[in-house]
Amino acid sequence: MMLELRDIDAGYGTVQVLRGLSLQLAAGEVLCLLGRNGAGKTTLMKTILGLADRRAGSIRLDGVEIGTMPAYRIPRLGVGYVPQGRRLFGEMTVAENLRIGQLAGDGDEATRNSALAMFPRLEERLGQRADTLSGGEQQMLAMARALCLGPRVLLLDEPTEGLQPSMIALIRDAASALAAGGVAVLLVEQRVEAVLEIADRVAFLENGRLALDTTPDALRADESLVHRYVGV
Amino acid sequence: MEFGPHLILALLEGLVQASVLMLTALGLSLVFGVMRVVNVAHGEFFMLGAVLAHVVAGWFGAHPALGFIAALLLAPPLVALAALAFDRTVLHRLGHDPERTIVATIGLLYVIQQLTLMTFGPEARPVTAPFNHRIAIPWIETTAAGLSFYFPWGLSTTSYKLFVVVAAFAASAGVWLMMARGRVGLVLRATQLDRETAQAFAIPVHQVYGFVFALGAGLAALGAVLVVPIRQAHYLMGGDPLLLSFIVVIIGGLGSLRGTVWAALLIGMSDGIVSVFFSPTLAKILATLLVALVLVYRPGGLFGAKPA
Amino acid sequence: MSRALVLHLGLIAVLFAAAFLLPAYHHGNLARIMVLAVYAMGYNILFGYAGLLSLGHAMFFAAGMYGMGLTVRYWDWPMILALPFGTLAAAALALLVAVLALRTAGVAFMIVTLMFSQAGFLVILYFNPITRGDEGFVIPQAARRLAGLDLSDPMNRYLAALVLFSVVLLACHRLVLSRLGRVLVAIRENEERARLLGYDVWAHKLGAVVLSGSVAGAAGAAYGALFGSVGASFAEVPFSILPLLYVLAGGAGTVIGPFVGTAFMFYLRDLAGTVTDAHMLVAGAALIALTLFARRGLMGLVRARWAGWLP
Repeated sequence: MMLELRDIDAGYGTVQVLRGLSLQLAAGEVLCLLGRNGAGKTTLMKTILGLADRRAGSIRLDGVEIGTMPAYRIPRLGVGYVPQGRRLFGEMTVAENLRIGQLAGDGDEATRNSALAMFPRLEERLGQRADTLSGGEQQMLAMARALCLGPRVLLLDEPTEGLQPSMIALIRDAASALAAGGVAVLLVEQRVEAVLEIADRVAFLENGRLALDTTPDALRADESLVHRYVGV
Repeated sequence: MEFGPHLILALLEGLVQASVLMLTALGLSLVFGVMRVVNVAHGEFFMLGAVLAHVVAGWFGAHPALGFIAALLLAPPLVALAALAFDRTVLHRLGHDPERTIVATIGLLYVIQQLTLMTFGPEARPVTAPFNHRIAIPWIETTAAGLSFYFPWGLSTTSYKLFVVVAAFAASAGVWLMMARGRVGLVLRATQLDRETAQAFAIPVHQVYGFVFALGAGLAALGAVLVVPIRQAHYLMGGDPLLLSFIVVIIGGLGSLRGTVWAALLIGMSDGIVSVFFSPTLAKILATLLVALVLVYRPGGLFGAKPA
Repeated sequence: MSRALVLHLGLIAVLFAAAFLLPAYHHGNLARIMVLAVYAMGYNILFGYAGLLSLGHAMFFAAGMYGMGLTVRYWDWPMILALPFGTLAAAALALLVAVLALRTAGVAFMIVTLMFSQAGFLVILYFNPITRGDEGFVIPQAARRLAGLDLSDPMNRYLAALVLFSVVLLACHRLVLSRLGRVLVAIRENEERARLLGYDVWAHKLGAVVLSGSVAGAAGAAYGALFGSVGASFAEVPFSILPLLYVLAGGAGTVIGPFVGTAFMFYLRDLAGTVTDAHMLVAGAALIALTLFARRGLMGLVRARWAGWLP
């Protein structure tokens, strides 16, 4: 088991968001996390990264307890993050953003090159400021930046938000390829259809805990499940 | 002295002050840019640099050149260490909250200033420059015989002052290079742009803060060591550099290093000129009002972008 | 009668009794403390209740002091006119500063007030011939008369200070309970929500600055009249820091806190003064300690632990 969360209580300050949440993710697996706005999807990712207040429960990365670690130690253990809204370092160039990713991990040139190979369009824009890129390119950069650290676990928070269908396909294929290469992928999305193809499992977050953990096939068989948990 | 040479003199003096101000203000600008806090005790770090320079130079009594070099090597790091200690023990505990940090640094200002008063005393003490040669500056005049050079009496500078200008520019260039190219600069800029995401990319933000706070103090102290052979060390000498650094950082644009450099040159030179030709008090009144009005009407400063 | 009112009236009664019981040294100190506490209470209106941290209140104190002092010195005004004039001068300055400074918030507001105050100090120095600059000037004893009483007499001075203190203390008490006071607290807690609820946030903040500045000015005018000297040091930065220190120590956002903080810090610095000349050292160290460990101040702590009813 690459990533294991057990009985997590977490939130921000006095507000509690996650209640007794447990979750498992294996290497090479793509787990898609769905839920309404405010259900706690982003909080879950931030808790794994140590950026939220974890009050109870344990988080294990490949057997190592990371719940008590300071946030800046965790990425180095192989956790890559593609934040919601991308959160690029806008005033820095594409190359510099990638470099930050490299510095966060063992990131050698090979890792960076394979990240760029996945998103060749970035190669042409290395000297450009990140905030001058188009929406799709920014998403590619956000993913490439995370890949530059050579992650074993990749956290993707709504990566297809605001993208055209061709871009969505690109992101989706990249995630799938990474999983095939052994990376554990935790993917949060609002839109179910976008990710159903590549997910090995689909889980629903409700009231701060996992309400349902099932497979894409089961979802396709029963559409009412989606309405129930995501309320389209 | 006629107006022309007098102006040249004022400009030269202004250049010396401006280059030291540039270095000092860069320190304050870095702290504000990366940490988003205002260090009201910045002037006191400057003063500490000068005071420590006097003390260290005193150990080398008969050899001013050695004394100065020792001061240059020892004083800024010592001041930086003191600043680091304060950041670890106090500012870190305050979570670097902007308002609480200002109040705490106000407290620090008085603690440093008054402790210096108690140990160093209220008199101004000199530091001997390592070298000091008078360099006369020529002035052009049209006469019946055409253009001719002459050396107006009183229009001169010293080799040491020129050294100060060169050194301050070199140090500032070093800081600039570090920020624009180096790995350290990359980490600092990432922290400045998005603190949370920086942490998600293994940047130890709190250690970065400590480093930046120390660096800011060290730069102020360096500026002071350079200028103290020209001025003198005095426990109240931190007030003017603080005010001027404030003006520079606010007008240049909070968080913009380029703006800081331009504003320092502009303000350093004009402060020199206004002080020479008009009253220093009037210059200060205009300066403080200028800062206030810039903050009121253009919160991003004259060069900086509008803050998010 | 509410517990709060009992407490405040009780304090006034104790201070009144102390007028006749205290030895001369403490008698004089307490008179000073009471006037400085008025300054602190003025500061508290802005900081403790409206939540705006000014670093330039010395300019209001000095405006009151010089407003009173200059009219007495150059136009021979009697105190009955000079004192209100000083207060009004401070109020006018507060209005001007508020209109400009309220366009900023947070750290920028702090720096703007600091800068305006510094400019004010420098202006006093610049007009040296009129203001006598740094050394200041003395208010002659003959001029220090109010309602037939000689204010330089220690007992009269003490009682006059007590009257001013009592008026301001009870006025603050009323302010806190009033609608204006509650709106200010609402703005401090959550400005956006207050605006959404329909309150004119800007107008309330403006009122808070003017009120705060006027009270500070009244304290300045009174201080000059009661202790007989007017000087630029009262416009300098350290004098802007002191009310912040007093209010933090005593408890920001409480009515009685400023008095407690002023008395405490006054005596602390007095004690330290016997050991060293560096009187601001204690102030600096106390500021750091308070921000780190005791943000609520003495009365704030009392309110949190035992007396939730304390306004």
